[in-house]
Amino acid sequence: MSMFKVFDISGSAVSAQSQRLNVVASNLANADSVAGPDGQAYKARQVVFQTVLMGASGNAAGADPGNPVDGSAGVRVSTISEDQTPGRKVHQPGHPAADAEGYVTFSNVNPVEEMVNMISASRSYQNNIEVMNTAKTLLQKTLQLGQG
Amino acid sequence: MNVNRLTSQLDFQAQALTLRAERQRVIASNIANADTPGYQARDMDFSSALKAATNQMPAAGQMVTTRAGHMALPGGATAEQTALRYATPSQTNLDSNSVDMDRERASFAENSVKYEATLRFINSHVREMLDAMKSPSQG
Repeated sequence: MSMFKVFDISGSAVSAQSQRLNVVASNLANADSVAGPDGQAYKARQVVFQTVLMGASGNAAGADPGNPVDGSAGVRVSTISEDQTPGRKVHQPGHPAADAEGYVTFSNVNPVEEMVNMISASRSYQNNIEVMNTAKTLLQKTLQLGQG
Repeated sequence: MNVNRLTSQLDFQAQALTLRAERQRVIASNIANADTPGYQARDMDFSSALKAATNQMPAAGQMVTTRAGHMALPGGATAEQTALRYATPSQTNLDSNSVDMDRERASFAENSVKYEATLRFINSHVREMLDAMKSPSQG
């Protein structure tokens, strides 16, 4: 029954999107973190999504993952990459974490970017939940086939 | 009366239902991969897929009817035999992902409604059959 695979596909997407939301949350939480004693401030993180074939028949498994011939394509988080741009420096000589020249290094998180990322993740999450709800309703109606 | 004729209409609707479920799965994959870089959205041409599924030749390894007394085989509607096509992106995208969420949502809603319609066709057909089998004295 291919309709059951919808739950695998959308479930993988939901878990990937919630991982993205987790990363956004830790980025936002560390938006104002300053460099520690090692001089390294928090670096913004980004998830990287990848298509994964879900229990496809043997011939589909060897295909190009970007373009599977079989219809089932879920998502997984392949890597979490760190943004390597230097953190912003603010001149605050009185700050306890200031360096010799009086500059404090903050994390390189861009809060606006993170908020946009959060909205996008939340919308995608909702979309996939709705797909699962519809599949559930249709399956329930299929189970009642021939009864009424 | 030929018993096959009783269920041939039902077989057709069953094929349509299987294909609708397959298409639902394909669209769910597209929606799931809306944020995956490089993913190409796919869809099926439903009417030609249904045509192919209802008068299909048996593939290698499948059962075949070799004698006059054998029962006819139902055609198989699976994604392996259904050619999936790539969607053309309506807007260019930096990460070369061709999923158009508006179109996918519309296709998903359309497919859900048509799946339900097919379910109703089957249900009413079954009811019709049962009514026809009743004796006149029965309510």
